[in-house]
Amino acid sequence: MGNTITEKILMAHTDLKEIAPGQLINAHVDIALGNDITAPIAISEFRAAGGKKVFDKDKVALVLDHFTPNKDINSAQQCKTVREFAMEHGVTHFFEGGQVGVEHALLPEKGIVLPGDLIIGADSHTCTYGALGAFATGVGSTDLAAAMLTGELWFKVPSSIKFVVYGKLAKWVSGKDLILSVVGRIGVDGALYQAMEFTGETISNLPMADRLSMANMAIEAGAKNGIFAPDAITEEYVKPRAKRPYKFYASDADAVYADVIEIDASKLEPQVAFPHLPSNVKGVSQAGNVKIDQALIGSCTNGRIEDLRIAAQILKNRKAAPGVRLIVVPATPFIYKQALQEGLLEIFMDAEAVISPPSCGACLGGHLGILAEGEKSVATTNRNFVGRMGHPKSEVYLASPAVAAASAVLGRIASPEEL
Amino acid sequence: MIFKGKVWKFGDNIDTDAIIPARYLNTSDPRELAKHCMEDADPDFVTRMKPGDIIVGGENFGCGSSREHAPIAIKAAGISCVVAKSFARIFYRNAFNMGLPIFESREFFDAITEGREITLDSIRGIITIGGTDQKFPISPIPPFMEQLIADGGLMKHIAKK
Repeated sequence: MGNTITEKILMAHTDLKEIAPGQLINAHVDIALGNDITAPIAISEFRAAGGKKVFDKDKVALVLDHFTPNKDINSAQQCKTVREFAMEHGVTHFFEGGQVGVEHALLPEKGIVLPGDLIIGADSHTCTYGALGAFATGVGSTDLAAAMLTGELWFKVPSSIKFVVYGKLAKWVSGKDLILSVVGRIGVDGALYQAMEFTGETISNLPMADRLSMANMAIEAGAKNGIFAPDAITEEYVKPRAKRPYKFYASDADAVYADVIEIDASKLEPQVAFPHLPSNVKGVSQAGNVKIDQALIGSCTNGRIEDLRIAAQILKNRKAAPGVRLIVVPATPFIYKQALQEGLLEIFMDAEAVISPPSCGACLGGHLGILAEGEKSVATTNRNFVGRMGHPKSEVYLASPAVAAASAVLGRIASPEEL
Repeated sequence: MIFKGKVWKFGDNIDTDAIIPARYLNTSDPRELAKHCMEDADPDFVTRMKPGDIIVGGENFGCGSSREHAPIAIKAAGISCVVAKSFARIFYRNAFNMGLPIFESREFFDAITEGREITLDSIRGIITIGGTDQKFPISPIPPFMEQLIADGGLMKHIAKK
């Protein structure tokens, strides 16, 4: 009996010769990630357990990206705690200030996470790195503390659901639309505790930016991880970035799946997840007349240069509708600079967008784009729970950069086709 | 262990943003987090609940963000345990790792109404609804998780090893 790519990567990080879904294992961790919200608790747990040294200073990543630039005194204190810890332990991958980007855009960009790795992060969207053919999963702060101390963590081996996606994507349809439609189809707990493995001809042709958006939202279906078998597209992305060896794994032909779901992507139109669940998905043509107060383009789901290019293409020579606050958040300093050099920032400024520094702030209702009571935002982010971006009576509509940009121009949820 | 308390019933997919909104995550002080426990699901929850009370949820309790602040807020508010049809996986890990007792029971959810007193016997694996003879089984806890609880959470478990 063969194994899935998820099982193979997990097994390669243990001394085991066999592995099966449901099994509890202890596995070695290649990268353990924390941010300014989750790391302070981990640090306090690490110290309480008598931790003197992190297991490997090159395998810990600490990214101050959530409430930065520091939004208030408490946030500044949290950052200070993490900074001091990073300095004390000589943590190699510590990012703040002008080096910081949204963690799940930053780590792949810097080649810190690589194919075949086992990555844990005290942030639920750590599953993003599955796009590279790594096993990556979100955990809590205590888990991070344990991993920083011992270099190991306990896992229950997940069963896998295989998604076979075929058909050519229509214009303006992206990986974001694919994953929204998948979450809409299987529900927010449709892959609870399981691995989501994305395969098929559509996936084989899908650019890395789209794969990252898709893997990012595996957690929105309750999954432990999302994963893509690495291929030539992966190699092209990873090769210039990697500073250490990496390994490609693939599922065996006789690997066992809990379920196989086929998806005809050729019929897909841009998708929108209505409040207050990422699974509350409709085609944009069915959106009706939803007037918006804000459009947010950014985040670990859709703040990459490819996303900004699509938004700029739509926003060029256009302006945000009166009453709509358009916010663009390049996810990393490198992306910010690319957008500057490519003239995208000028297009955004001419469209009367606010260009935010790289930060997670607006997406989780921290700062840099909070909604008031009754306000509605279209956002290229990943969650639209009650109060996610501000007031408990505000609303978030999840969509692609193309839909968010078109919506900003028209002042309502709209398809780029309507422009 | 025996848990006895009044039930606060919530629905499916109670996410960690509802349990502790991100606007309060500029601290990890349990007392501060406790003040806002369940705020976006029920703004009056903290003022109405009593220590020892029990939260009951439907499917996928604790979905969304990995913030350990969520089980910390629940525990620090004085909730004795959480019973749900199912838990989101990171919340499940976090609860065992940091020592918030959680239990899965499917049939119980449909039978229980808010405000009822229940007794949960974690050794016998049975929930009894107060004033009735209605009893419901709780799903057995995997031996490894039992060990985590017995050791007082993940860090103490590691220290013991």
